[in-house]
Amino acid sequence: MQLEININGEPVSRDVEPRQLLVHYIRDTPGLTGTHWGCDTSNCGACVVLMDGKPVKSCTILAAMAEGHEIRTVESLERDGQLDPVQQGFHEMHALHCGFCTPGMLMTSRALLDENPNPTEEEIRMAISGGICRCTGYKNIVAAVQWAAQHQSAPSPAPPTPQEV
Amino acid sequence: MAVVENLPSATQERPIGFGRLKRKEDARFIRGQGTYLDDIRLPGMVHGAILRSPYAHARIVSIDTSRALEHPGVAAVITAKDLETLGLAWMPTISYDTQAVLAGDKVRFQGQEVAFVIATDEYIARDALQLIDVEYEPLPAVVNARKALDPDAPLIRDDKDGQTDNLASPLWEAGDEDATNRAFAEADTIVERDIIYPRCHPAPLETCGMIADFNPKTGQLDIYNGNQAPNAHRTVYAHVAGLAEHMIRIKCNDIGGGFGNKVPVYPGYVCAIAGSIVAGVPVKWIEDRTENLVSTGFARDYIMHAEMCARDGKITGLRVDVIADHGAFDSTAQPTKFPAGFFHICCGSYDLEAAHVKVKAVYTNKAPGGVAYRCSFRITEAVYLVERMVGALALEMDADPIELRMRSFIKPEQFPYETTTGWTYDSGDYAKTMKVAMEIAGYEDLRREQAEKRERGELMGIGVSFFTEGVGAGPRKHMDILGLAMNDGADLRVHPSGKAMISISAQTQGQGHETTFAQIVAEELGIPPEDVQVRHGDTDRTPFGLGTYGSRSTPVSGGAAAVVSRKVRDKARLIASTMLETRPEDLAWEKGRWYVKGDPSQGAAIGEIARYAYSGDPMPEGLEGGLDAQVIYDPPNLTYPYGAYIAVVDIDPETAQVRVRRFIAVDDCGVRINPMIVDGQIHGGLAEGIGIALMEVISFDAEGNCLNSSFMDYLIPTALECPDFELGETVTPCPHHPLGAKGVGESPNVGSPPAIVNAVIDALHDTHGVKHIDMPCTPARVWAAMQGRPEPPQ
Repeated sequence: MQLEININGEPVSRDVEPRQLLVHYIRDTPGLTGTHWGCDTSNCGACVVLMDGKPVKSCTILAAMAEGHEIRTVESLERDGQLDPVQQGFHEMHALHCGFCTPGMLMTSRALLDENPNPTEEEIRMAISGGICRCTGYKNIVAAVQWAAQHQSAPSPAPPTPQEV
Repeated sequence: MAVVENLPSATQERPIGFGRLKRKEDARFIRGQGTYLDDIRLPGMVHGAILRSPYAHARIVSIDTSRALEHPGVAAVITAKDLETLGLAWMPTISYDTQAVLAGDKVRFQGQEVAFVIATDEYIARDALQLIDVEYEPLPAVVNARKALDPDAPLIRDDKDGQTDNLASPLWEAGDEDATNRAFAEADTIVERDIIYPRCHPAPLETCGMIADFNPKTGQLDIYNGNQAPNAHRTVYAHVAGLAEHMIRIKCNDIGGGFGNKVPVYPGYVCAIAGSIVAGVPVKWIEDRTENLVSTGFARDYIMHAEMCARDGKITGLRVDVIADHGAFDSTAQPTKFPAGFFHICCGSYDLEAAHVKVKAVYTNKAPGGVAYRCSFRITEAVYLVERMVGALALEMDADPIELRMRSFIKPEQFPYETTTGWTYDSGDYAKTMKVAMEIAGYEDLRREQAEKRERGELMGIGVSFFTEGVGAGPRKHMDILGLAMNDGADLRVHPSGKAMISISAQTQGQGHETTFAQIVAEELGIPPEDVQVRHGDTDRTPFGLGTYGSRSTPVSGGAAAVVSRKVRDKARLIASTMLETRPEDLAWEKGRWYVKGDPSQGAAIGEIARYAYSGDPMPEGLEGGLDAQVIYDPPNLTYPYGAYIAVVDIDPETAQVRVRRFIAVDDCGVRINPMIVDGQIHGGLAEGIGIALMEVISFDAEGNCLNSSFMDYLIPTALECPDFELGETVTPCPHHPLGAKGVGESPNVGSPPAIVNAVIDALHDTHGVKHIDMPCTPARVWAAMQGRPEPPQ
């Protein structure tokens, strides 16, 4: 079936099988492999993207169900060379190790702060509890979201330069 | 609660090298620009999927692949018969056993690999699995390791010549049996426990997989595979596939966690390679979560019987008898001469008179493995055992668990300390670290709080553990895996502009090597860490070494990085002496610069020396141009990090749910290169420890069906199950490591489960008479214990 989904502000059209999952639709789009797959059962949250601003697990949504909706992925967070405060916060507070859960955690945190700019620690823990991080023990993720909350309006410092693998 | 800095950090005065440097690798990860295996797409690439056995034990009567082959989009279906023609039907394990790549005669565990489909996309490959018809003749399964050696137990490994029972490896012993008997005969207190460390799984968030790209024209095999030991894997593939090792290149790119799960070579990898050889195009195979949990390297599964004794209030002896469940193929991970890993470090942190350990490994109809889930070769099991036994002894003696430990610790003046089972602990001041933990916890206040709560019928427990680990395998005279010495190389090049590149064999899976190793070189050469690029994860561009597991990166590759930097520094001195027209011995080093003793204004910085070294100017007599060096580092001993952990738990008297309210971890891992990364490692390991203690278990029903085959059933802690960890530190530098550093990544996973279980028992002992409980302390198990009922089986 022919689909058109708005991803990060751009219409993306493709002919897909009706059973294709949204996570695969996104990942098959050139340059958008930041959204990860981790579990099949909607437990790990590595695949979280925003659908009309709300966090959803893209492994549990058919691509066809996303037609007519606005999808935002981790690749949309940085704008004009400015990191989103949640990205900067994760870097500042060492809230990532292997980086595999990070895109899902970042999008979940973005959605939380959009709805609740000053969350308590408990609210942050509740918000990210739909995701699994195997590396950090969550302490620094909580701190990173707090950092982002405190730096929402301030312009982000210069982002670190990407380095080659 | 905030991180407690107990000591001025050893690194504060050294801004150029060590310290809380934010990570270089973050730049790509926070943008979603990491390159994990599934992010790689090669031209012409096809996709593989594996058909797995639904039975734990069954004879394969027939396999019919014809319907699958007719399915549109399917390129090939490979079975054991096809692999036999390629000589790939069986592969060696890292424990000198063999494992079927695809089952031909029998399936021996549920989830075992039976057929491999190659198709144009992964959806079609999985569709085709449904079209393969396999006829099985089910056989009785061996599920309980205690019954594996019963005379009437079905024989699992009838493929092995001369195998007549389910013994996986001969009885292995350590320590002194007679001396241990004497210690027990002279003891005034003896406790005895059956303790199970249940099967659990590292479950990294990225599952295992491979892209194999065999070029039939050149004979070159390029492998993309997130594994923890790429150089060792290359040697294994050369051996397994009969390919020339110099024609194999393994690239790891970014790895979404490993925790021991990505140490072994799995049948799926060999299938991908065989598939690419057969199809002549790149083959991608990535397992799903269920495949990861049911078939790849599990951890632990030790059934232990232990006795511990004391005399005059001090622990004196330990006797342990273990049945190790290795599953259907023996693919446990450990150095060759250590068939039970480093389990015999179970004498712990105590000055025992004697200890004796026996380990017997058996085959069962369960997935193979026995990998070290964030653990140095069975030390997790050892520490759990000894710390649970000390907890039991304290209860028996009605002693405070910290007091008993303090009385029994090895004293600082006894180091280096030879344990009764043959380890040489390098350094330690255990009492000091224990006291720091008590201070952070407010131990006396906690005991008062507990007494008050008990009056009100509330269940609160305080659990203690003190661990000593041996990490950083290892010295080549003692330690190898498959004949490969556990030494690591490092190559360091300082370019003409003074920027440097270090190539290492250690393989990060999130540990931050690109930052830490840059800091080591920066520290040693006195150049900014931003000027050091760390190259890893590509066997064509890195020196040989055995990889990252067993907390060996800093102890071994970190040692290599320090030594190679010092070699470069020494060469720089010779060059500087020519530049400054003086003798090398007249030069002194300050960070980044050689200068003339007595005239500090006369000197040359590393950047200037590098430029000179590559220029046309004359070099010192007999010295080649350029500024680089390489080493193979052979560590003289393991490093012995240790720590004091205190867990505070609350148990709901109505639901028996255990909540870890506080967790205090004071680690001594010697000198900390990047304390931020060290703290991060500890946080992560504590979360895993909470998972293992309370939630994570791989269990089976009587037929051998795996009951925890997805994240719906294999429960991993979220942010809600983890408290705000409270860390502290002491710094006792490792006397033999070039940087004074010890490994740390695994310490929190090793040390935390016994603290939590001891806390659960502490909460329930006085009120409910609970003296023992096995992990995971789920509400059902805790409730049964509270009712005095036997625990549900696992």
